[in-house]
Amino acid sequence: MEALDLTELELRSVNETLQAEGNGSNKAFEITNPRGSHAIAVGIDAPITVTVKGSTGYYCAGMNKQATVNVTGSVGPGVAENMMSGKVVIEGDASQYAGATAHGGLLVIKGNASSRCGISMKGIDIVVHGNIGHMSAFMAQAGTLVVLGDAGDALGDSLYEAQIFVRGDVKSLGADCVEKEMRPEHVEKLSKLLNEAEADAKPEEFRRYGSARQLYNFDIDNAGAY
Amino acid sequence: MCGIVGLFLKDKSLEPQLGSMLTDMLVTMSDRGPDSAGIAVYRGADDGQVKITVQSPNPDEDFKTLGKDLGVDVTRIDTHAIIACSEKDAPVIREKIKANPNLRVMSAGDAIEIYKEIGLPNSVAERFDIPKLQGTHGIGHTRMATESAVTTLGAHPFSTGPDQCLVHNGSLSNHNSLRRQLAHEGVTVETENDTEVAAAYLTWKMQEGANLGEALEAGIQDLDGFYTFVVGTKNGFGVLRDPIACKPAVLAETDQYVAFGSEYRALVNLPDIEQARVWEPEPATVYFWEQ
Repeated sequence: MEALDLTELELRSVNETLQAEGNGSNKAFEITNPRGSHAIAVGIDAPITVTVKGSTGYYCAGMNKQATVNVTGSVGPGVAENMMSGKVVIEGDASQYAGATAHGGLLVIKGNASSRCGISMKGIDIVVHGNIGHMSAFMAQAGTLVVLGDAGDALGDSLYEAQIFVRGDVKSLGADCVEKEMRPEHVEKLSKLLNEAEADAKPEEFRRYGSARQLYNFDIDNAGAY
Repeated sequence: MCGIVGLFLKDKSLEPQLGSMLTDMLVTMSDRGPDSAGIAVYRGADDGQVKITVQSPNPDEDFKTLGKDLGVDVTRIDTHAIIACSEKDAPVIREKIKANPNLRVMSAGDAIEIYKEIGLPNSVAERFDIPKLQGTHGIGHTRMATESAVTTLGAHPFSTGPDQCLVHNGSLSNHNSLRRQLAHEGVTVETENDTEVAAAYLTWKMQEGANLGEALEAGIQDLDGFYTFVVGTKNGFGVLRDPIACKPAVLAETDQYVAFGSEYRALVNLPDIEQARVWEPEPATVYFWEQ
C-alpha cells in the first residue's frame, strides 16, 4: 500500500502517480487528507485500488478506467463523471450529477445521492443505498440505476434505454418515463448488481421504470405546441 | 459561480474566534469568485447601541470630521466607518448621513456590521481586520459578477433592513419586475443588482409580519431564477436553494455551531467537523436557526 498525503503532496503529483500505473499493475494506494479537494484520483487507467480517507470535492474518480476507487467519506458534485470501467464506492453521500455521462463500470453510493444522479448515463451501473434527488437519470441512454431508497421529482425524464429500479417511493416520473413489468431477466440483473454493491435488498422489492419511447419521433399531433 | 460561507455559533466560547473562522472559510472559497468579497458580522446586540456601517470612496476626507459633525462615536476601518449611537438618535444621524452623497450605508442595526470591497477575500479580510472580529454569527461572500457591475455597492452581503443581510450564488431572472412591484410597496432598491432585490423582498415580507422562515417560504413562490441564499438576521441564520438547486451548498451542524459552505472544502478546519452532521440542503426547502 503506497500512502499519498495531500497535505504534503500537490494534487497534480498525486494524480500523476496514479495515472502512471499501467495495465498490469494491481498496486494499492491510500490518499489521506483530501479535505474536500477537487478532481482527486481522476483519469486512472489501470486495475489499481485507491482508497481516499475522508471527503472530496468536485469530480472525484472522474474518467476512471479499470481502477477501484473507495471513498470513506462523502463526495462533491460529479463523482465518477464519464467513468469508462472499474468500480467507485462511496461510503457517505454524493452531491449532484453522480456518474454523469459515464459509459461503464459500477458506482456504488452507500449514503444518499442528490439531484441529477446518472444524468445522461451511457452504460454505467449505479447503485444507491439511500435516496436520490430530482431529475435523476435525465436523458439516460444506457446502463442501470438502482435505488434502495426513494427517488425525487421527474425521475427518468426524457429517458432513452437505461433501466431504473427503485425500491422506495418515486415522487414523480419525468416525461416519457413509465413503470414497466419486472421479468425474470430483470430480477437476475438486479440480483447481480445488488450483490456487487453489497446491498442488502431483495430484487422482488423493486419496481422497474423505463422509456415509453414516445419522444423518439416527432408526433404530428403535437405540432400545435411549437 | 460565487462562494458563500456562513457560521452561526451555538457555543459562546467560540465567539472570540468568529472572525478568524469565517475568514479562513471564505479564503478557501476564493477561486469561486475573484471580483469582490464581503463579510457581515453580528456582535454586541445587547449593548443598547445602534450601529450604522458606512463606506466612502474618499475615506480620508469624509471620515476626518465625521464623528464631530454627527456628535457621536465613529470608528474608521479603512474605507468603512462604524457609527454608534442611541436608538433615539439614529433617525437624525441617518438623515445627516444621507446629506453626504459620498457616504454609502452598508448596514444598520443593533448587531450587524458589513464590510465589503472589490478584491479577493484575503485582501478584504486583511483591510478590515476581519480575523480579529468576535461575534455570534456571520456570513461571507466572494463574488463572480454576472448581473451587475463589479463595484463596492454590487458586492455582497446586501442589507436592506435593520440587522438583515443576504448573500447569493446564482442569478435572478425576474428581478426587474420584482423591483417595480417592490417600488409600488414603497420599498426602494438602491442598485441594479438582482441580489439586492431578493434582500429587499425578504425585508418587505418581514416588515409585513413574517419571520425569517416565512419570508423565505414566500420567496420560493415569488423569486424566479437560480439561487442559493444565506440570510442573517439579528438572532437568526437561514438557507434557501431554488427548486432546481444547481448552485452548490453544504451544511454542517454540531452542538457548537451551524456552518454553511458552497463546498465542503470551506468547512474542513472547523472544530470537530469529522463528527458533524454534514448534508446538502434540499431544493426549495427553508432551513433556519434562531438564537
